[in-house]
Amino acid sequence: MSSLTIFFALLFYLATALLVSGLAYKIYIYSRTPAPLKIPTMPAPTTTTGVVMRMGREVVLFESLFKSNKWIWIFGWMFHFGLLLVLLRHLRYFTEPVWGWVVLIQPFGKYAAFAMIAGLLGLWARRFLVDRVRYISTPSDHLMLALLVGIGLTGMAMSFVVHTNIVGLKEFMLGLMVFDWQPLPADPILLAHLSLVALLMIIFPISKLLHAPGIFFSPTRNQADNSRDTRHVASWAARLEK
Amino acid sequence: MAAPKFEVPELKGYTDIPLLREGAAAEVKSFPANAQIQEALGFPGELAENWQETAIGRMGELLGKYRSLQVFMDACVHCGACTDKCHYYLGTSDPKNMPVARQDLMRQVYRRYFTFAGKYFPKLVGAKDLTREVLDDWYRYYYQCSECRRCSVYCPYGIDTAEITMAGREILDCVGIGQKYTNEILGKVHRIGNNLGLPGPALLDTLTGLEEDIEEDTGFAVKLPIDVKGAEVLLITPSADFFSEPHVESLIGYAKVFHAAGISWTLSSLASEAGNFGMFIGNYEQMQKVALRIREAALELGVKRIVVGECGHAWRVAYSFWNTLIGVGLGAGADDKYGRMLQQQLDPNYPQPAHICEVTYDLLQQGAITMDKEANDHRIITFHDSCNVARGSRMGDMPGGQFLIPREIIKSVANRFHDMAPETILEGTFCCGGGGGLLTDDLMELRVKGAQPRMDAFKDVVDNHGVNFMATICAICKAQFTKVLPYYGFDMSMVGGVHQLVSTAIRLDAKQ
Repeated sequence: MSSLTIFFALLFYLATALLVSGLAYKIYIYSRTPAPLKIPTMPAPTTTTGVVMRMGREVVLFESLFKSNKWIWIFGWMFHFGLLLVLLRHLRYFTEPVWGWVVLIQPFGKYAAFAMIAGLLGLWARRFLVDRVRYISTPSDHLMLALLVGIGLTGMAMSFVVHTNIVGLKEFMLGLMVFDWQPLPADPILLAHLSLVALLMIIFPISKLLHAPGIFFSPTRNQADNSRDTRHVASWAARLEK
Repeated sequence: MAAPKFEVPELKGYTDIPLLREGAAAEVKSFPANAQIQEALGFPGELAENWQETAIGRMGELLGKYRSLQVFMDACVHCGACTDKCHYYLGTSDPKNMPVARQDLMRQVYRRYFTFAGKYFPKLVGAKDLTREVLDDWYRYYYQCSECRRCSVYCPYGIDTAEITMAGREILDCVGIGQKYTNEILGKVHRIGNNLGLPGPALLDTLTGLEEDIEEDTGFAVKLPIDVKGAEVLLITPSADFFSEPHVESLIGYAKVFHAAGISWTLSSLASEAGNFGMFIGNYEQMQKVALRIREAALELGVKRIVVGECGHAWRVAYSFWNTLIGVGLGAGADDKYGRMLQQQLDPNYPQPAHICEVTYDLLQQGAITMDKEANDHRIITFHDSCNVARGSRMGDMPGGQFLIPREIIKSVANRFHDMAPETILEGTFCCGGGGGLLTDDLMELRVKGAQPRMDAFKDVVDNHGVNFMATICAICKAQFTKVLPYYGFDMSMVGGVHQLVSTAIRLDAKQ
């Protein structure tokens, strides 16, 4: 067993543990914190079904962003849905036999990487070109984009330029999942790709990537407009009634 | 009007997004509250030695009590969608008036004290210690936000800067830094019962005088009853309606509606204020204390319905928060004694509370009141959606009723109506520039500049459709526009209430 294999095996266990526990902790905090007042951004749906639909449109179509700014919307949507297809395609490296629908989306997943990178570059360009966005950008905003672009480019390099030992990688991944370690191919592009992914997993729960779970807990989007018909009192506020 | 000490924006009929100018509104600062005003509300009178510790402690508490704050601190990705949405940014071009930058004033501190990245890599994520400079920026820019929630419409995560502004003001109050205007008024409500500080006898006098005026004008004995036990309706209206122009015209309108429909109603000297500045400073206890007068008055007078007059933030508090704060609403559980005590008295066949526009609209639908539309023919009308009504409340049975109902009333009482540009009305409406506790003369520059997007849209309908009247249903909007319209070359009488129009057109003889 090479030290390289051991290092990456441990790195991925650590990254997965941090990602899962960090997100679980944050979700626990969000769900435990009360929302004492009804503050949906109106007009808002009056029923739970309506709220689910609103949240669905927000998560799938980025409805509010569409109302807001067509450039951010198009770049953001290209990136996120490119990423989604790319991630789904990657399921083939974690399943044996590969599920039918994953086989089906394989070609789309491959080329979605271009949409993903184009979206990221568009968003990054705005951080330089639009004075308002330049003003609010922190170093971490740029680094986050660099990280994602890095992951995308190294991945695309392996898909479209220099093929890596993908069979070896899949054996490594399948082995990781059942604690039966298999050798990891020592391809520098692959190692760069995996390192960047692990880094992304580690910083996910301590960064702005928390917008992913956060949206589901956003009271302006997940509350129904029914304040006249149901009495909504948080436990800490109920104590004030005596 | 004295010549302004600042440059009044030039209107074009539409508003461009300005290039940012750092510090452009840094000198605009409202007067801070003195120790007496602060202490009357239970806040410290001045900044103590350990203020930083107190502030961070309070911030931690708020993060645990308000999910909105906790999620909003984490979720922002700095995408920039909100950067051109705030009327104060559009009017002042100060980058700290961009919603995200206003939020970041708090987020930088949140990151420093409450997150791993900010504790260990502050520069990387833009985290900052809570220094006196940062605190001063909080005071400056959290009192340059009218909590209008326009940004929350456009944020992909629904981040509502108003929630952060409220938390910022609450933390400032807790370390002894309050705003004179808002906190002085809160003191007046607790002491006297309304924002204007109008005592009971003076109120009675005013109402009697108004009754005489109405009778002289119309020949009908329209009453403005107060403290009548057993009345059907308790009307809670902003105290500005009793004294200010054009507000009082709407009060006369409500009275005529009740008179014409034959509904018994009353005002209350105990609850002579619909406004609730407790919301502006993000203090739950203050907001509840102010609202409690209404619960007490309702119980004491034994009314069946509670109706709210034309006031934007008051309607948000009434519609969205009263049920929570004081049980005015429906649907209290079987074991909820506090809620049921009032709710068993209120008539479940009506929305509780109801907006005066809902009442008038229903009466119009039923044919219980009739209008002489031609009486308003000298007016070409547009409607300014008030921010708190538009984005913080509803009217009627379906989402969006808050846009439809006032417009339908206007169309029922007048022949000529034109909406302003679509991106400046409905859910995207621009704040008047004076909401959220900023309606004070020491913020005149901000108020004038913040009104620019609305004034641009108004100019467009004035120039192209001959509009000469902007109707609105908010006491703050009315007061703000009365003051600000002249800066832009319009006549101050161009603004007024929806029930001012109703008052002009309503037929008092129909049922007699």
